[in-house]
Order: sequence, then C-alpha cells, then structure tokens
Amino acid sequence: MTDPRPAKGPGLWSRLARARPTRPGEIYGVPGQGSTFWLSVASVLALLFIWWLITALGLVKPLFVPSPQSVLDKFAQIWREGFTNTSFLDHVLISTARVFGAFILACAIGLPLGLAMGMSPLMRGIFDPPIEFYRPIPPLAYLPLMIIWFGIGETSKVLLIFLSIFAPIVLGARSGVKSAAIEQIHAAYSFGATRWQVMRHVILPSAMPEILTAMRVGIGFGWTTLVAAEMVAATSGLGYMVLSASQFLQTSVVIMGIFVIATIAFAFDLMMRFLERRLVPWKGRM
Amino acid sequence: MSLKIDHVSVIYPAADGRPPVAALSDINLDIGEGEFVVALGASGCGKSTLLNLIAGFLSPTSGGLSLDGRTVMGPGADRAVVFQKHALLPWLNVIDNVAFGLQIQGIGKQDRYRTANEFIGLLGLDGFQSSPVYKLSGGMQQRVGIARALTCDPRILLMDEPLGALDALTREKAQELILRIWGETGKSVFFITHSVEEALFMGTKLIVMSPRPGRITHVFDLPFSRQFQGGTPARQVKASSEFITLREKVLNIIFADEEAVE
Repeated sequence: MTDPRPAKGPGLWSRLARARPTRPGEIYGVPGQGSTFWLSVASVLALLFIWWLITALGLVKPLFVPSPQSVLDKFAQIWREGFTNTSFLDHVLISTARVFGAFILACAIGLPLGLAMGMSPLMRGIFDPPIEFYRPIPPLAYLPLMIIWFGIGETSKVLLIFLSIFAPIVLGARSGVKSAAIEQIHAAYSFGATRWQVMRHVILPSAMPEILTAMRVGIGFGWTTLVAAEMVAATSGLGYMVLSASQFLQTSVVIMGIFVIATIAFAFDLMMRFLERRLVPWKGRM
Repeated sequence: MSLKIDHVSVIYPAADGRPPVAALSDINLDIGEGEFVVALGASGCGKSTLLNLIAGFLSPTSGGLSLDGRTVMGPGADRAVVFQKHALLPWLNVIDNVAFGLQIQGIGKQDRYRTANEFIGLLGLDGFQSSPVYKLSGGMQQRVGIARALTCDPRILLMDEPLGALDALTREKAQELILRIWGETGKSVFFITHSVEEALFMGTKLIVMSPRPGRITHVFDLPFSRQFQGGTPARQVKASSEFITLREKVLNIIFADEEAVE
C-alpha cells in the first residue's frame, strides 16, 4: 500500500538537525558563516526602540532609566555648558590623555620587555613571576596602594591605567616571539645572520600580528580601568563625570558618559583594525 | 668545492625515560664540485639530521665535517638551505625575499636588486617582483626559495625535501627546472627526498640510508640527470629499462627497511 498523502518537504526539526548542501560560493559546513551587518543594525535599532518604548510608556521612573531624548538633551546641554565648570571637550581630552599616555608608556616598556622575555630565559625567569602575580588582580584592589604610594595626583591615575594595559602587551609580545617558523629563522642564520639580525628581520616582523592584537586588547583594558582611575580625587574626565553624576542621581549623565567612552574606544578599535589590515595583510596566510 | 663528512655520529641524549638515540652512526660522505647528491631513506633514517649537520645547525657527537678544508662551525652563507615550506617571509614581496640573504650581508639596495633580478629571471619569476609571496602558488613560492638560496653564491645548495609539498605535475616541472639551474650554475647540491623516482632522476650520486642507527647502507652512481641534460626528455629517461630496474632495486631496499622498523 502506498501513502496517499502528498509528499512534503522536510519539517523544521529535520532542517535544523541536518545541514543542507550549501550554495555555490560558500563552503559546506563552515561554522557561523554569513554576513551579520544588517542583523547588527537591526539589533541596535531594536534595543533603542525598546529603550524608547519603556520610557515613553512610563514603565520605569526616569531616575532609573531616563528616556533617549533626555540623554540627548543632557548631551547637548553639557556640550554647551560643560559639567562641573569644565567643558565637555576638556573632560574628553583629559581622559583620552590619561588612557593614551598610559597606553604609549605601556607599549614603550611592555613591547621591548615582552620581546626580551620571549628571547631570553634570563629575562623570562626574572620578570615572569611579578607580572603573572599582579596580572589577575582587579585594579580596584591595588588602587588604595597606588594612592598611598603615589598620592592623589596624575601619577597614580596614569599608573593604574598603565598597569592594566601593561600585562596584556607584555604577554602578547612575548608569545609573538614564537610566531616565526623555525625554517624562517634557520634561513636567516644560513645567510650568516647575527642574532640581532634574526630578531630585527624575522622575529619582530612575524610577531607583529600578535603585537597588534595585544595592543587592541590592552587599550580595551585601559578604557575599562579609566573610571577606577578617576575615582582618585579627580576633578575632570569622563570617568569622573560618570562617578559624580551617579552621586547626584543624574542617571542621564551617567548613560551619556558611558556612550561617550564606548564611542571613543570603538573608534580607536576601528583604527587598530584598519592598521592591522594595512600592516599585516599576510596575517594567517602563510 | 669539496665537502668531507668524516666518521660522523650524532647521538641524541636520553629523554623522557627513553634511551639515547643514535640518529647517525659513522657517516662518511664526500661531495665534490658540481655533484648532485641525493639522500633517500625510510623516515627516521637521519636524512634531515645529516642536512642539519652540513648546514651547521647541529654539531656532531663525534667525527668532523669540513668544507674546502675548513671545519664546519655553525651556519654560513657558503651553504644555502632550501626548505620544504614556511621559510619565506610573507611581509616581504618576491624581490625582497630573493634579496634577503644579500640584505643580511649588508649589500646596498641597488646591488642586491640587480643580483636578485638575475635569479628571478633564471627561475622564471619575471614580472612578479613586487607580488606578495603569500599570494603565489606553492610551486612559485618554492622557486622564490631557490632563487633566494642562489643569490649569495653558495658553494653548495642544501635542499630539504624542497618539492615535497607540491602536486605531482608541478613537482615534475620543478625537478626539470632544478636540473636546468644546476647545469647553468654548476653548484654542488645535497638533496633530500622521499620519492625514489625523484632521487634517481635528479642525482649524480644516490645514498640510501637506513634507520636505527641512521647510516648509509647503499651508494649508487646515477647517469640519469646527465642523460636529461644531454637532451633526452624526462619522461623518456624515467621510462628507460635501466631506470625502472634501479627503481625496483632501491624500492626493495627501502621497503625492507620499513618492514624491519615495524
């Protein structure tokens, strides 16, 4: 006896459970392939919409979640009038200077140190324990020590940010040393290269992808530590703005400050990605 | 040019509870001017150890190596190495890769580009000077590697399975190219391969090595590369009864070694 029912396509469940052949131009079975740009745009718009809806319907008091409109108004007001007698731009500038100052310092010390640790067991033996010791400690835990040792001036602020950036940079540079294939190193030596030439012409360039990634990760840590750093008797800066606004329950300023920090950090990350494409287009391709 | 390997042994020290391993035992080998010596053998027979010794990356446990009468002490530009893969520098384009050895030796940009261009032409890479190497095919990358090794005018070329990663057709073309360049430059060559056919076709001398301990068990003088240079097509050389007879003989030796290991 044959089944009298018309043939049906596979049900939802079997389609989910079993992959179908892919379209030409895609590779069968690659996990998570496909563009996400429009989905991301939709996701952002949906979140904004939900935010707007909640506040417009009055579901939550503005003290807890201010409306997008009031955050924008606050931004315009602070842009015009400043916040606690400091102009908005100065707040941005001082924070950026603290983070980037710490970042440049961390790169200037961390990159050579990391490379040296990768190259020399002596350096690795000496510096590995202290770095591994402090690395997992949250900056807020040693913030009091910074204040006791270095006072409440710029030093302890920048130092706190510096420490949070320093460890990932050192570790990145150190493991980057291992990126060069032994054949590349042997090739250089077989041309009579000195150890220094091998370092300069083979090990350093091949470590570049890892170094750039470490710099991206590092500056990210820098921004996350900014607010903690500006807890130290600051009178200006984005972190200070967020902290003091929270004490006066100005929630819209807090949210605005978060957006500004996120925007600057994201813009820098885009720049680093651009640099990565320009400097190491060969990454992962050989 | 004469490379002398005199009663060389290499013993890797005991590790992880395993006894010491004799990677090479009492190796004697002379490579003369313009010779093309091919090393063939089952895995673990010490071919690569022997190449690393000649390159100067490894020192013998006993015995000695000398090049033109001078003891080999570490790597040097008189012995250029061509690797199987991963040896090019992807941040440099073709011409800078080829000129890399000259750059290491401190030769100015103009001079090293002139020399590099010569060998780029010789290897048929003209027009690709400014291409990034990671965009080239495997065969072209290997040609860049060979050009780079030749620029410093080494006394001997050390080739560590240089064609092992290429597909069969590209490989045969590359064999002919290497023989042509060997003929034009007159360099001595030490060449490692896993392919019996490649070994017979390319060498003037074949050393067959056996594992545990790594040693040279057979040496054959080969006429085939000279026949190819004399104008006989490669396919015809490889199809001759002389070639096939020797191929079966060498295959028997290698398979016997492999079975002994298992």
